[in-house]
Amino acid sequence: MDFLNYDFMQRALLAAVLVGITAPAVGIYLVQRRQALMGDGIGHVAMTGVGLGFLLSWSPVWMATLVSVLGAVLMELIRWYGRTRGDIALAMLFYGGMAGGVMFINLAPNGSNANLTSYLFGSLSTVSESDVTAIILLAAFVVLVTLGLRRQLFAVSQDEEFARVTGLPVRALNLLTAITAAVTVTVAMRVVGLLLVSALMVVPVAAAQQLTRSFAATFAIAVAIGITVTIGGTVTSYYQDVPPGATIVLLTIGAFIALTALATPLARRRARALAAAQPSGDPAECAIPASRDAAGKVGV
Amino acid sequence: MTEPVKPADPVEPVISLRGVRAELGSRPVLRGIDLTVDRGEVVALLGANGSGKSTAVRSIIGQVPVSAGEIELFGTPRARFRDWARLGYVPQRTTAAGGVPATVGEVVSSGRLSRTRFGVFRKADHAAVRRALELVGMADRVKDSVSALSGGQHQRVLIARALASEPELLIMDEPMAGVDLASQEVLAQTLREQVAAGSTVLLVLHELGPLEPLIDRAVVLRDGCVLHDGPPPKAVGQHALPGHDHVHPHAAHDAEPIRTGLLS
Repeated sequence: MDFLNYDFMQRALLAAVLVGITAPAVGIYLVQRRQALMGDGIGHVAMTGVGLGFLLSWSPVWMATLVSVLGAVLMELIRWYGRTRGDIALAMLFYGGMAGGVMFINLAPNGSNANLTSYLFGSLSTVSESDVTAIILLAAFVVLVTLGLRRQLFAVSQDEEFARVTGLPVRALNLLTAITAAVTVTVAMRVVGLLLVSALMVVPVAAAQQLTRSFAATFAIAVAIGITVTIGGTVTSYYQDVPPGATIVLLTIGAFIALTALATPLARRRARALAAAQPSGDPAECAIPASRDAAGKVGV
Repeated sequence: MTEPVKPADPVEPVISLRGVRAELGSRPVLRGIDLTVDRGEVVALLGANGSGKSTAVRSIIGQVPVSAGEIELFGTPRARFRDWARLGYVPQRTTAAGGVPATVGEVVSSGRLSRTRFGVFRKADHAAVRRALELVGMADRVKDSVSALSGGQHQRVLIARALASEPELLIMDEPMAGVDLASQEVLAQTLREQVAAGSTVLLVLHELGPLEPLIDRAVVLRDGCVLHDGPPPKAVGQHALPGHDHVHPHAAHDAEPIRTGLLS
């Protein structure tokens, strides 16, 4: 455990844990509303923020937060108004964001594509003291929203039309989800990088789903997976000198595969338990299609 | 949910549409519809596909912008109506599932949010969710994933979600679509109890089916206009034969425990 003696590793681990909590906590609502790739889009837009941060000598983390929140709000507005050409508008936003990032960082006096790489794929040794402060504040906001408003966000993400008829402020909640997702992207940016953020939002949720039947359990297990892989990936990257973002994402996909393999016998056991719980008169249900099948064969 | 609704001042209708017009894109879907539903009435909205019946219902709950005419809910202009807990809505869906697993209890609970402050559930809210599930005969499935349900059970969950706020008015868009016979009977029974307790119901239907005896009035739409407003149209074909009383014996074994003693 010698890595705990280094300040940079302490900061990196703290950031990693916060990413492990926040990314799946927001991601679950995105997956629920079938917008799993929204995090990816926000990540692209955030690049412009990083570039602007370098150009204006501002904190790239706060600048990326600002720009990605604006981008997320814009995406939500496109979803409301531009129904027909919505996907094209979103594509322009994503690639414009990426191009803007590359352009600004090359215009910046002290910027180079090397700086950008650490934001694209994550870099532990560069997590600074001020980055950690920003990450803690932003993560607190994300946790507050995703847990405090879980019933409202669940209702809106499950069935938007119904949520409107229950009088929920659906537009405000959608905007809040978009903003929270944008904030999460910038929280995760230093650890896993902008291009891989979306994986940590989506894959732990997909992995947890293999085992669960309820939303609450999916949430809890997804966050547990998130924390495990971010810590595991960070420590691995310290010892093996491999990039942390890629390590974390590969570990997450490994967790998904492992849980999928585990889920098959579990589902079988559940089906057996369910069959056992049914009243004894029920086997007739299976007999009917069988006899029908036989009758059909006779007919042919 | 069982206490009788006070026979409030007999004046204002629960739903009132006057000259309502709506377009989807540039195509007129509603061309001046008048519709009134009084307290305690059960009104069926009938019509062929594309006749505007779903659009009419969705304009009432504010999901379709209206280009002309007036809509009132409980005597309040729709734009100023905020008392959503009085209204239970069953959208036209074939599934209650989303992109993430959710239990029957979790989905039905979201129908109770309109009665809570900031989404905080109290004892009475949990009790109301349980009662709504009992009404549709799904109380024993509360912890099951909605993705494991049959089509009819999905519909029962969606109706329980609408009932969770203990509404005075139920608006249902094709609640019988894709529903097996056992669930159709359960749904008819649920509706019968709601009506007996004084609820007002507006439902979009493709055919009257097992709900026919419950329906006070039928409004038939064609091409966005009201074609008929009065007693339900007479059954035709096999359904009109003497002795046809909508008993479906082959669907009984599933529904029986719930119906016992309630059918009268």
